[in-house]
Amino acid sequence: MFPELNNILNSTPDSFKSSDFILVSDRQADASFLIHHYLSFYLRAGCKVCFLGLVQSFSHYSAVGQRLGVSLAQAREKGQLVFLEGLKDSIGAILQEESSQGTQHLSYLRSPGAGLKGLFKFVESSVGQNGNRDDGESWGPPVLLIDDLSVLLSLGVTVGAILDFTLYCQATVCTELQGNMVILVRCEEEDVDDDEEGANLLQRGLVHQCNLALHVEGLPTGYCRDIHGQMQVWWRQSGETMYNPRKIFHFKVHDKGASFFARGTSSAVL
Amino acid sequence: MAAPVRCMAGSSSIGNTTSFQKKTRSKLVSIPGTRPSVQNGQLLLSSGVSSLDYVIGGGLAVGTLLLVEEDRYDSYSRMLLKYFLAEGVVCGHELFLASARDHPDEIMQELPSPIMDEFASLKTNEGQPQPSDPENPDTMKIAWRYQNQPRVQTALASSLRFGHYYDVSKTMEPELRQTAKYHSFYQLQETPITTGSSPLPSPYHALLKAIQTVIRKEGFDGSTPQSKARNVLRLGLHSLGSALWGDDVCCKDNPANCHALSTFLYALRGLLRTSLSVAMVTVPSHLIQNRAVMGRIIRLSDTAIALESFRGSEKETNPLYKDYHGLLHVRQLPHLNCLSCEVPDTKDLAFKLKRKQFTIERLHLPPDLSETVSRVSKTELAAGCGTTATGNKHLDF
Repeated sequence: MFPELNNILNSTPDSFKSSDFILVSDRQADASFLIHHYLSFYLRAGCKVCFLGLVQSFSHYSAVGQRLGVSLAQAREKGQLVFLEGLKDSIGAILQEESSQGTQHLSYLRSPGAGLKGLFKFVESSVGQNGNRDDGESWGPPVLLIDDLSVLLSLGVTVGAILDFTLYCQATVCTELQGNMVILVRCEEEDVDDDEEGANLLQRGLVHQCNLALHVEGLPTGYCRDIHGQMQVWWRQSGETMYNPRKIFHFKVHDKGASFFARGTSSAVL
Repeated sequence: MAAPVRCMAGSSSIGNTTSFQKKTRSKLVSIPGTRPSVQNGQLLLSSGVSSLDYVIGGGLAVGTLLLVEEDRYDSYSRMLLKYFLAEGVVCGHELFLASARDHPDEIMQELPSPIMDEFASLKTNEGQPQPSDPENPDTMKIAWRYQNQPRVQTALASSLRFGHYYDVSKTMEPELRQTAKYHSFYQLQETPITTGSSPLPSPYHALLKAIQTVIRKEGFDGSTPQSKARNVLRLGLHSLGSALWGDDVCCKDNPANCHALSTFLYALRGLLRTSLSVAMVTVPSHLIQNRAVMGRIIRLSDTAIALESFRGSEKETNPLYKDYHGLLHVRQLPHLNCLSCEVPDTKDLAFKLKRKQFTIERLHLPPDLSETVSRVSKTELAAGCGTTATGNKHLDF
């Protein structure tokens, strides 16, 4: 969890907005450090977290989580964290001859045209379970974290099916259960136009659905060793205010966190 | 009082001048030819080219996938693949080589021969006369502390080093090559299996199945008993995505099954993560017209580099590039078990293949002194500024 990012977004583990759909996207940069931030943030807040890890293994997240101060293995044992090992289980789903009951949630690997119904059923069942903590209380509102929804495009799932899946998840997690959702999408360059099945189309569709969008890019002036990129923050304001504020920050990722600063105020420059 | 000396029984003190051994409390498996990374403790192995190891952050991490985008005539990417396999032979790792055009045995016969200076110097020492000392010809007079140390190491021990150098004008001796256990997969000799329900076309499915079989049978995924020594499997997959693999992503703008290669790489990475293996995949990216596909393939691999050779292009005669054979672009570096990755100093790298070394250097552009340097060269210069630069290419004053 990055304290500076909490200040920018006005949220702490003790008080954060619920029913929030947060979209994290990147273009030619890597925004996965934000996923680690949200994972440690919601685990500290005591929420029940369902994590779909489609591109990295559990040990990767748990190693980073230890540096950020949360223990994922412990959380998984206690029942606070439900982790789907998408990458490691994928080989079994692709190579086996007949589909068995155990890999229903990975059914998109065998028949990508059929959609993500199995995956949604997995999400629904893990988010709906109400285990109890050690002290008898129940966990906080459920949170769904997806690391890299756009990898499903590489596996052949259509944009329409993915958008349906996110709509179903939003209806279940955010609206019914008052929980939060954080999704990471990785986009292509702007001028690649294969608009039928592109990650850009997916990102535009998700920006329309979300409440808060964080977009990470490289610096427009070129490569810099000290500033790793810029992050745009866009809030969808509900209610009275007429315009949607959009802010840009520069960031640098360290070993144990990331620091965010206003444009031009990097320590390398000042 | 001198510090206590700790000696581990049977440890390799060959070549060290002190008998002090650091007591290792870490549970890292000690496999020959690997070393732990200084940043995040990952087990690294050498790609065969030491300057490439430096560029990608110390070496290739075990369990990851290296993607190499081929140059136009597949000369330097094939050379990198041969370096990778030759390093595996010298370190004693197991090899798996798959290709669709040339038979894997032909590629294996072209592996460069390693340069082992210690072995050569040991041979010349035997020819020299022994030092004349009437009582005992072998006692040392000045450096008598080193009397009891073992002699300079033999050729076998040089494989304990990380990263070796190869002489490309000679091929590896067959005896050395045959010491390595080697599995091959030649696409044109495989019988196509009817996979009705698989999302992958038949060649990729067969290749994936063959890799999984080798990993399971040889126990790289941890299923062997503890008595067998741990080893690493090096996978070399040549020219994936080309038409000979049954894939039309390189031939058509709108391929029929444009997700075949990406699904294959996704499944391969899943396999690599659960076993002690490293894969190097070369892809003819200059043939892939759909740029989105290349972006997806890069994101699906861990480390990705691209080779752009000057041969045949107008850059060959450009005086700025006369010392080099091509440019090396580092497309992606992995974040493995840590938040930040190794950020390179510069993105302008050029390579040169010399007889004894494949060097990768920072591209130094000389100052633009003369008036006659044409505007044409300025377009090439601007391309080195970093991939996120979207501004104008010409700086016209």
